[in-house]
Amino acid sequence: MELLVGTRKGLFVLRGDRGAAMDVAHRAFEGSDVEFAIRDPRTGTYYASVTSGWFGPHLYFTDDPTGEWQQSEGPAFPEDIDAKLVRTWIIQPGEEDGVLWAGVDPAALFKSGDGGRTWELNRELWEHKTRLDWQPGGGGLALHSIAPWPGDPDRLAVGVSAAGVWITEDGGRSWRNGGKGIVPRYMPEEAREETLQLCIHNMHRAAKDPSTVYMQFHGGVYRSDDAGETWTDIGTDTGLPSDFGFPMVTDPNDPARAFVIPLVADADRVTPGGALRVFETGDRGATWRSSSNGLPQNNAYLTILRQAFGHDGGDPLGLYFGATSGHVFGSGDGGRSWTTVADFLPPVLSVRVGAA
Amino acid sequence: MPVVVLRQPLRDMAEGNARVEVTGTTVGEALAALERIHPRTKGWVLDEHGDIRRHVNVFVDGERASAEHVLDGDAELNIIQAISGG
Repeated sequence: MELLVGTRKGLFVLRGDRGAAMDVAHRAFEGSDVEFAIRDPRTGTYYASVTSGWFGPHLYFTDDPTGEWQQSEGPAFPEDIDAKLVRTWIIQPGEEDGVLWAGVDPAALFKSGDGGRTWELNRELWEHKTRLDWQPGGGGLALHSIAPWPGDPDRLAVGVSAAGVWITEDGGRSWRNGGKGIVPRYMPEEAREETLQLCIHNMHRAAKDPSTVYMQFHGGVYRSDDAGETWTDIGTDTGLPSDFGFPMVTDPNDPARAFVIPLVADADRVTPGGALRVFETGDRGATWRSSSNGLPQNNAYLTILRQAFGHDGGDPLGLYFGATSGHVFGSGDGGRSWTTVADFLPPVLSVRVGAA
Repeated sequence: MPVVVLRQPLRDMAEGNARVEVTGTTVGEALAALERIHPRTKGWVLDEHGDIRRHVNVFVDGERASAEHVLDGDAELNIIQAISGG
């Protein structure tokens, strides 16, 4: 199997057996940040978001991640909009043939109808009447989570740091704010209910039950049963050592199952107690338990970033995540056991499964 | 005509050419001409609004220049990565 590992110094294509140590089959975009890389399972086309410290953000695609990559036209802001692309956080296959979505900083959604060759800004979300109230989080004003609705191209939810959840049911022609029930503890109590400044860290839909959406928040873990309109706290007194963290995985085969990797808190973004632990729920967040057999449990102070946790969609689920330490860990049995897949890579920004 | 001198990785984006003759009376026009001649350089030196990227320096005949700098007919433009940015 194949892993696409985006790092601070290029894309690493890892290949090897499922759940076992893997080899670096190829390194691309040397020296540049690779914020995100993904293989579209519908077409086998690979996409990579690459940002050079000198030459800016660009998006590339290829049919062979060890070969030549072709540069896309965009995403880029049109001439009439006073904004410049900082980076692309996520590339998400859509529901229609040829359609992909891209989420960027500053927070905007772009759509491609031609397999990622060209990109067009979704103006309705960009020009939403609340836009002036959108505030950046520590990582910028980022649209980093895109949750399509399986089988329905009109329905989409996106997550923005720090401007909340946005929902469309007409393919992006109109947007409304979701997020009721989320408690931003970083705001004064009297300002919490009305604020748009919700720092979503990651949001994923449960594919088999699309009304179910899970969220890792900036201090809080939540579940929505109504497609992102309202949210229930599933991070308090449910077995997690902390409700702060960045990445999240939902099991595409089981809507009751999700995984998080807690960090201590916003003021101390490392694994609690020097133990690297993945937590799993199998009951929609009512309870969480550690699924960490094989992960370092002593002297391990790691940081796992927003896009650095992926899965292979299999049953049992293959799970893979990377840390800013340059380690990548994997499980071929749904988290029951883990192994070190790769180490001594540059700081890991994203992990996704490529070809099976 | 003005000439743009390219180093790596821009040289690769310009089909391996180290020197590219361009048209234009300003630095900005010359760099836009470079993008037309070698489309793979589009978005690398100039951003989507035509501004020189923050961590790229353009020198004209040895002097750092802005996009508005007016060129002599035989000016030589060097595009150099800033020591910041990496």
